[in-house]
Amino acid sequence: MDKFTTLTGVAAPMPLVNIDTDMIIPKQFLKTIARTGLGKNLFDEMRYDADGKEKPEFVLNQPAYRDAEIIVAGDNFGCGSSREHAPWALLDFGIRCVISTSFADIFFNNCFKNGILPVVLPQSAVEELMEDARRGANARITVDLDSQTVTGAEGKTYHFDVDPFKKHCLLNGLDDIGLTLEKAGSIDAFEKKAAATRPWA
Amino acid sequence: MAAPRTLYDKIWDDHVVQQDADGTCLIYIDRHLVHEVTSPQAFEGLRMTGRKVRAPEKTIAVPDHNVPTTPGRETHIDNEESRIQVEALDKNAKDFGVVYYPVTDIRQGIVHIVGPEQGWTLPGMTVVCGDSHTATHGAFGALAHGIGTSEVEHVLATQTLIQKKSKNMKVEITGSLRPGVTAKDITLSVIGATGTAGGTGHVIEYCGQAIRELSMEGRMTVCNMAIEGGARAGLIAPDEKTFEYVMGRPHAPKGAKWEAALAYWKTLFTDEGAHFDKVVVLKGEDIAPVVTWGTSPEDVLPITGEVPDPESFTGGKVEAAKRALDYMGLKPGTKLTDIKIDTVFIGSCTNGRIEDLRAAAAVLKGRKVAPGMRAMVVPGSGLVRAQAEEEGLAQVFIDAGFEWRLAGCSMCLAMNPDQLSPGERCAATSNRNFEGRQGRGGRTHLMSPAMAAAAAVTGHLTDVRELMGEEA
Ligand code: SF4
Repeated sequence: MDKFTTLTGVAAPMPLVNIDTDMIIPKQFLKTIARTGLGKNLFDEMRYDADGKEKPEFVLNQPAYRDAEIIVAGDNFGCGSSREHAPWALLDFGIRCVISTSFADIFFNNCFKNGILPVVLPQSAVEELMEDARRGANARITVDLDSQTVTGAEGKTYHFDVDPFKKHCLLNGLDDIGLTLEKAGSIDAFEKKAAATRPWA
Repeated sequence: MAAPRTLYDKIWDDHVVQQDADGTCLIYIDRHLVHEVTSPQAFEGLRMTGRKVRAPEKTIAVPDHNVPTTPGRETHIDNEESRIQVEALDKNAKDFGVVYYPVTDIRQGIVHIVGPEQGWTLPGMTVVCGDSHTATHGAFGALAHGIGTSEVEHVLATQTLIQKKSKNMKVEITGSLRPGVTAKDITLSVIGATGTAGGTGHVIEYCGQAIRELSMEGRMTVCNMAIEGGARAGLIAPDEKTFEYVMGRPHAPKGAKWEAALAYWKTLFTDEGAHFDKVVVLKGEDIAPVVTWGTSPEDVLPITGEVPDPESFTGGKVEAAKRALDYMGLKPGTKLTDIKIDTVFIGSCTNGRIEDLRAAAAVLKGRKVAPGMRAMVVPGSGLVRAQAEEEGLAQVFIDAGFEWRLAGCSMCLAMNPDQLSPGERCAATSNRNFEGRQGRGGRTHLMSPAMAAAAAVTGHLTDVRELMGEEA
């Protein structure tokens, strides 16, 4: 997994609430057995018409946002399915950070496993950053994981909370399976105990 | 005396392998269910790192999302990508030695129906699957939730998950349901009341008389949609109905182990005075048969209602509602019962169990689907299908003009050939009415099996109570 330390980039405004995983990556693209290559189908049904032509009004089709690395989104981003194809598609497109007032739990977790930082900020902060994002490529937003801050285009800084363990893994690009395997002794001990107390499980 | 604990607290405590100072825990996983869509990259990850599946006997795999529901699928799947995914699961199950139910096995079906049916899902367990509707298994008092593919790989390799504890939320349904009102109406009404983010960060425990009165099938329907309310997991404390359902299932404990299990299971309830961070109470008798009108499961109204005016909402929901009505091709003020439908889909892990088929067949008996209607029933598993045939339900569906399909997810998410065309309007018993969920441009109205059957007969959204001779 790629590290996430600091990022300065163009942010795409997506004020819609409840952007679900079916919008982020429709199911016809879940048939892949790879993790890469999904970026071209990110937001597919919002992005292309039935003939596969780009819809010019969709934000990521506009010249200012083609290279967006951040999305500022409405409430409850990523609700719906557990498909990790959603963060894979975002990442493959080049999105490394999503800012919203709230995220669905599974999506939120999945982001961290893929080097994407989901940032939760209060409504007022998200609205201000949404305004910055609307100004397009001239207004860059900076996200710094170490100091847990987002800095808007005019220099206004917002602090965000992040789980210390998730932050540590993301900052260092750590694979948590490796970390857990170091605890194999504890898992063995747990299984032994459970075999006695819950032998049916 | 120990502090009173919720059901969630108890199951959690019994599965903590290790806890770090910041509250991050390593949680042991008792059952890992696997399907073909969210697992290939995880197995590939194991291969690349030379890792094994730690507990193949606790790992149960079944293809369901991609499989066609028409005959001949045992030997051939037309869609190349689907075929590759199913073949990848065949190979991964074999190479890693996990329990497997291929399409040729009568026990094959939707993973969340197969788990309970085979007795893999038991009270007090932790159950995960790379699928958000894993919440279904919470009906047994098992802590069950969906995970992403990286976590699938983590569980395969370590039989554990890294997690922080969620908050506790109680959803109580008091009193009894009225005739014609079902578990689906409960679960949709709860989401209507709390919103799709209402349960975010929480594990919901459903309780109250109306929940106790539900069958195990109904309880699975309720817990199935906990995720649609934002909660990762929904729980219902096990009781005699639970034990009766579990007893004798192929992988349920037997003999002395059964007695020991039962004694433990009977301790799985929320203690008097335990703390909930959030409480929602609905009256069972106030719940009506409901349908969704929009593109989020929270867009739910009693069937006696009208399509709402987007301006009646606040904040970001105004735009979302406008977009939803535009997508759904609906105008504010239209009576819900005036909405004509083209297609009926009965099935999915929400409502693909035997009781659901019985409820739909009860409405359809002696009736026919409206002219021009496309209607299909997709049983949740091969065993549900066989039972429905034995009970004569299959014939009722066929006589009414329904297609009688093989088991799978089918039109719930339309990854297989069962899809809506743009603009096609469907009465569906599944769980998501998102844009494009059942096919690009397809329009989904969620409802109970009885309500879907009623719509099939009349050709428009219908209050099933009218066909039952009940007062609305
Ligand atoms: S039936 Fe639908 S919701 Fe259930 S597992 Fe299959 S696709 Fe998911």
